[in-house]
Amino acid sequence: MRVLVTGLGTFWGSRIAQRLEQRPDVELVVGVDTREPRLPLTRTEFVKADASYGILRRMVRATQVDTVLHTHLEVDSTTVAARRLHDVNVIGTMNLLAAAAGDGGSVRSVVLKTSTLVYGSNFDDPYFFRETTRRTRPPTTAVERSLLEVDALVADFAEDHPEISVTSLRFANVLGDDVTTVFSRMLRLPAVPEVFGFDPRLQFVHEDDVTRALEHAVVAGTTGTFNVAGPGTITWGEACRLVDRRRLAMPPLLTGSAATPMRLLRIVDIPPEVLRLLRYGRAVDTEAFVATGFAYGFTTPETVEAFARARRLERVVGPPPAYEYEREVEHFFRNSRAVVQPDA
Amino acid sequence: MPASDPPLRLVDSEPDDPEPPDPGAEVAPGDDDDLLLDDFLRVDPWGRSERVRALARALYDPVYRYWLRAEWEGLEHVPLDGGALLVGNHGGAIPSDAPVVMHGIETELLRPVYGLAENLFRALPVIGTFWSRAGGVAAHPDNAYRLLHDDQQLVLVFPEGTKATGKLARDRYQLRRFGRGGFVEIAMRAGVPIVPLAIVGNEEAMPIVWKSARLAKLLHIPYFPVTANQFVYGPVLGYVVPLPAKFRIRVLPPITFAVEPGLPRYNRGVVMEEAERIRALIQSEVDDLLRTRRSVWRG
Repeated sequence: MRVLVTGLGTFWGSRIAQRLEQRPDVELVVGVDTREPRLPLTRTEFVKADASYGILRRMVRATQVDTVLHTHLEVDSTTVAARRLHDVNVIGTMNLLAAAAGDGGSVRSVVLKTSTLVYGSNFDDPYFFRETTRRTRPPTTAVERSLLEVDALVADFAEDHPEISVTSLRFANVLGDDVTTVFSRMLRLPAVPEVFGFDPRLQFVHEDDVTRALEHAVVAGTTGTFNVAGPGTITWGEACRLVDRRRLAMPPLLTGSAATPMRLLRIVDIPPEVLRLLRYGRAVDTEAFVATGFAYGFTTPETVEAFARARRLERVVGPPPAYEYEREVEHFFRNSRAVVQPDA
Repeated sequence: MPASDPPLRLVDSEPDDPEPPDPGAEVAPGDDDDLLLDDFLRVDPWGRSERVRALARALYDPVYRYWLRAEWEGLEHVPLDGGALLVGNHGGAIPSDAPVVMHGIETELLRPVYGLAENLFRALPVIGTFWSRAGGVAAHPDNAYRLLHDDQQLVLVFPEGTKATGKLARDRYQLRRFGRGGFVEIAMRAGVPIVPLAIVGNEEAMPIVWKSARLAKLLHIPYFPVTANQFVYGPVLGYVVPLPAKFRIRVLPPITFAVEPGLPRYNRGVVMEEAERIRALIQSEVDDLLRTRRSVWRG
């Protein structure tokens, strides 16, 4: 198995590359990004490309990869500008799919990491979205729009290329020891924001289950669209209680205006799609992915508890040191004849 | 109510519930205030809290028993296990039928009942949260199917919806159209029986004497009523406190459908026909209850 990972410079790209390179049945892992890897990697080949799109086709052809793993979709609209969101998500995916579809190409499967944000969050939603359930209202935020466009691109691609198996994994909000998300930022505050009078049902997926799910999709050869969320639900109030945090109510009317000063004061940036979640919540049906043979390590309540334990430790010993990629060091350890390769 | 009422018990354990039990069980409780709050936060996947239900039952019991004096016939028709869709006639500006039916079945049969209601509840702060904790679920077909089929629960639905609760007092007990028959299709797909309920007392508990279409439109609500209760209890309590109308609920034998469950669609004609048949059946039983009723207040 030869795998191309996009977004190696993202948390998820590095994480999944780290996992894949430990598998003996994965012959080659090659990663591409405009940024450097976030975690130490032993045998993953890293290509740093200025604008990573143009190079994709050449890379696919040169490396003869059979699997493309697309982790480079932005789902956190607080870290990227709206225009770049469209660029990365829509244009990036478009280019990647074009590269993967090259005539007589080697690619046999494409796996994407997307988000349950595609379902939206409204008061007239069903309580559990299935993969086939359509959202009840059109999207209003840039990130949701771009992810829906990606969905459409992927559906067209799957239809045009029946010989390539396409898997989209829609992940719920992620919590974990290492990853930073809007929800983890909120749960770290001394008082966690909530919308007055609302206590929505939410789902979280543990960061380890995210990488395990991506790995499962790559090696088990799944096809189709799947929801990935820790089984069960938790209310926002219960989540706050598990992390020993008090709650701070935002007004139910003009909630967006109440969130603005928090963003300006750099306390926390809650984007509109998350404000909707704090009001109406969202949960998805997780049966379909389990039916492909995937077993969750954490339910939704267990995910929050694991996060709470990690926070308690962090409060005592501080955050773990960040990894910094050093090209020369990596190059030395991989290629220098001075280094005794263990299995050579 | 039978002469010897069983003691009020919590319907605490649901063996059919596929979800793991509450996750915070091992967390040491704080003082009493915290304990109450914790119970409120601990909910099932539908947002229902058995503790809030128990509290609601404890508070509602005097209303149910001494004010509305609910009386049941044919309660044995409600299945003791497995999913079933309870279908009743609706009435009253803020209808008392839903809490009465939920309360009655939960205290008599010790089975939880999930009440389907207008999605609009979810959009309301505070009220929406309490409604959900007390067993209310938005009336989305997917929700009904999942509760009936996957979770094998009792689900209560009033297919007339707000067309019934928004009608004037002079139209009382004239059953409205039973939606588009969606409830029949869901029961067919889930492979569960429909248990029809004929209810009297609900219309007189809060009759609408006048309503304003303009105010309703302005407030984005289905109807804006002036209730008879407001002349007795005042403008605010008149939307909350029911008049002491005697409640009678007749449970009819379960109706099963000779169709294959699990199909994505069912014959529209059959669905509409069944829906109309159930509506006519409930209407005739309501008429029968009214025929034998000698007084609105004494029954």
